[in-house]
Amino acid sequence: MEIRADFHKRLHNIKDDVLVLGSMSGKAILNSIDALRNRNLELAKQVIEGDHIINQKRFEIEEKCIQLIATQQPMASDLRMIVSVLNIGTELERIGDYALGISRVVIMIGDEPPLKPLIDIPRMAEKTIDMLRRSLDAFINQDVEGAREISAEDDSVDNLYDQIYRELLTFMIEDPKTITRATRLMWVAHNLERAADRVTNICERVVFVITGKMEEIGASKY
Amino acid sequence: MEVTLNKNIESLPYLDNVKLRTRMANLYYNKFQALRNVTLEIPSHAITAIIGPSGCGKSSLLRLFNRMNDLIPNTRVTGDIELDGKNIYEKSIDVVDLRKRVGMVFQKPNPFPMSIYDNIVFGPKQHGRTNRNELNKIVENVLRKSALWDEVKDKLEQSALALSGGQQQRLCIARVLAVEPEVILMDEPCSALDPVATLKIEDLMRTLREIYTIVIVTHNMQQAARVSDMAAFMMMAGDRAGELVEYGHTSQIFTNPRDKRTEDYITGRFG
Repeated sequence: MEIRADFHKRLHNIKDDVLVLGSMSGKAILNSIDALRNRNLELAKQVIEGDHIINQKRFEIEEKCIQLIATQQPMASDLRMIVSVLNIGTELERIGDYALGISRVVIMIGDEPPLKPLIDIPRMAEKTIDMLRRSLDAFINQDVEGAREISAEDDSVDNLYDQIYRELLTFMIEDPKTITRATRLMWVAHNLERAADRVTNICERVVFVITGKMEEIGASKY
Repeated sequence: MEVTLNKNIESLPYLDNVKLRTRMANLYYNKFQALRNVTLEIPSHAITAIIGPSGCGKSSLLRLFNRMNDLIPNTRVTGDIELDGKNIYEKSIDVVDLRKRVGMVFQKPNPFPMSIYDNIVFGPKQHGRTNRNELNKIVENVLRKSALWDEVKDKLEQSALALSGGQQQRLCIARVLAVEPEVILMDEPCSALDPVATLKIEDLMRTLREIYTIVIVTHNMQQAARVSDMAAFMMMAGDRAGELVEYGHTSQIFTNPRDKRTEDYITGRFG
């Protein structure tokens, strides 16, 4: 007989909240890249203005975790889950901040003529969002192997970042007038690279919830 | 008799300062088996908590260590139970001397109906100490150790029964300390106390562990997590009581138990 049904229900609800936060952060990244691709300044502003909602959601999750720790004295896997939720909440909120950063760059770019057609940056964003979505699946399904696999995929994001860096450097060397525009795109790519790193941190927490071991998996080269 | 190897033998934590040890210990009350092949090592100068649901054999295990179970008729013990490497169930063992070395504190404070002073000197007097100055020193010393001195130093001749529950329990601990034990067994020492008195006893335990070896049985898992260095989880399955499921460092047992049954118990997934 389960004797802490209420506690476990509350813990379950917190996990749902993490999914909601993850979805908000993922959507923010997606929107910021859409805004870049389509020069949609209105959408970029929406991402910037929406960031505080993401922050609030994270605080709400933290508060619920603190309440459970204070009132329920969680143990073992429940304790690891709550501690991990606190960490994952921070990671997701930071991913939201990267979307905010990208959106600010979009506004800076404004209506400047495009430097080049955007190919690798949207690809990087898609990959990052895909990793994020699957990391949260692994979190909910307690899938340790899944978490490890996703983490390993960070290399492909790093490779895209390398590629973008080289390409933009070539533009800048060939024509110094492109330096400002190229640097802005570098910032976008950098934000995405960091967001993918945050996903690997989430994966590490998933592994910790399940195995109880803190291990660094798929350390990013950046 | 059914003999099954206790799988915990393989996974016992490494300890280099073992004070108490059981090897394949079995305890029977008539035909009822209260402990099953219990093997564990309890380190000195540490607090070891025994946790588990009611009837799982926690108190039975605790009472092995000072042969309190001997007082129950038709009790039979098999296996080794050692104090400092010596089997305490050997015929040559003087049980009175054993219980002096291995003191016990019970669930309900049980001061004798006499003065605070006399409660404490009762044990030493039984063991032949009569010098008043020496007894005075013992009283002050153990009352200080049990964090009660400041509260009772001006009323040592008053009845112990007039003290609060928490004070009475600390007096009982002082009374145990007065006979200079090496091990203190505590059987639910705080279950009759209010939260503040409970925390005082827990603080006291943390201080006493520097000098003594403490084994505590508690139903309160948070208490076990707060005070103990080592934790043993026992359980009963169906009509089988007295199985030691997992034993390890408290930090491991309460954050990452190895056995699913421990996990389920301490997270409240079964009671």
